[in-house]
Amino acid sequence: MKLIEFILLGFLILCAITTCLSKNLLTSVVIFMSYSLIMAIIWFLLQSPDLAITEAAVGAGVTSILFFVTFKKIGAMKGDDDEDDK
Amino acid sequence: MMKMINERKQPQGSRWERFLKWLNGESPIEYKSSPEWHLTDEELEEKFREDMEHAEKVHKEEERLYKRYQQWPDKKGIPLYERIYRFFAVAVCLIVMVSLLFTVAGLLEFGNPDNPVNNEVSRRYIEEGLQETGAVNIVTGMILDYRAFDTFGESHVLFIAATCVFMILRVGIGKEKNIEDEKAREQENDRLYEPKNDKILQKVAFIIVPIIFIFGIYVILFGHLGPGGGFSGGAIIGAGLILYLEAYGFKKTQRFFTLKTFRVVSLSGLLTYAAAKSYSFYTGANHIESIIPLGTPGHILSSGLILVLNICVGAVVACTMYGFYVLFRKGDF
Repeated sequence: MKLIEFILLGFLILCAITTCLSKNLLTSVVIFMSYSLIMAIIWFLLQSPDLAITEAAVGAGVTSILFFVTFKKIGAMKGDDDEDDK
Repeated sequence: MMKMINERKQPQGSRWERFLKWLNGESPIEYKSSPEWHLTDEELEEKFREDMEHAEKVHKEEERLYKRYQQWPDKKGIPLYERIYRFFAVAVCLIVMVSLLFTVAGLLEFGNPDNPVNNEVSRRYIEEGLQETGAVNIVTGMILDYRAFDTFGESHVLFIAATCVFMILRVGIGKEKNIEDEKAREQENDRLYEPKNDKILQKVAFIIVPIIFIFGIYVILFGHLGPGGGFSGGAIIGAGLILYLEAYGFKKTQRFFTLKTFRVVSLSGLLTYAAAKSYSFYTGANHIESIIPLGTPGHILSSGLILVLNICVGAVVACTMYGFYVLFRKGDF
């Protein structure tokens, strides 16, 4: 159990760093989503399932969707234009 | 000894002495006669030419300096600024990092029973929370009974955030009808091509959305019995609404969720919360016995006001989540 927690914490730090460092905004948000999911699992392991539910719904779900919608609005999503051309 | 030091410090005729004299107004005023007074015309002319040459030299020098001054920002200023900027950025980062690490290092050991966090307040919450609030879930008992005022503030924060987003992102009503350019209309309002009729998404949503709703309602209603509560359940229902909207488009959701729904549900949720908590604050402060029964712990209809408050918070959160998404998508309900 301890080992799993350490692996998860390692992934958490890795996700946090790669979120900052990745050049593509879309990649950043997807990695941020996985950060939230890992965080939810850690909350569950720390015996606070209510926080885990909230983290999964808000952090991984709603926040990322709002990010995606914003990217679409400001035209930061690459590949959208290509689809239109086809 | 003192005299000697004083004398040595203030030798006669030193600058300091003269300055003091000037300050006191004691310095003798010397009237120098102008040296040009007794010069002949030729000598005067010579002097005038010399002065002019000198002035020209000074002028040239000034021009050169001015040119250098003008070029300085491009040639040296910006690189210097960048260097200083980088240095300070790194320095500030390092200072913040080191101070934060020191703070973390100075924190108490996690889970130590002697920590000051484990005082009589948390002990009372744990030992008598069940009798006093009637909630089996101690966390819900804490956040919706002992500390209900905090949760009230949080709900208001959400409501105010939704209102601000509404004020900032809302596009004018009737504006979209006057736009003739196809592309501009598409950018203004990206629901023109909705629903996108994605078969996979629609089938998955058809199966999953009811389960999500039921799970969210379960989390809200059983907030005082198990893990969960108003905020989590509301977030789940909001996410389900967003999924439904994404699969079936705005036309279907507008049948049951419009701006009026948002207003009515949010406002009535917050008002119910305020009224319920006002009542319990009033009775608590005046030592009046509350008429709301706590019920049997473990039953759904128990724990007094917590169930009502959970439903209020859940409604507000669900509306806010969905409202955020809709406002981000098209700027209006």
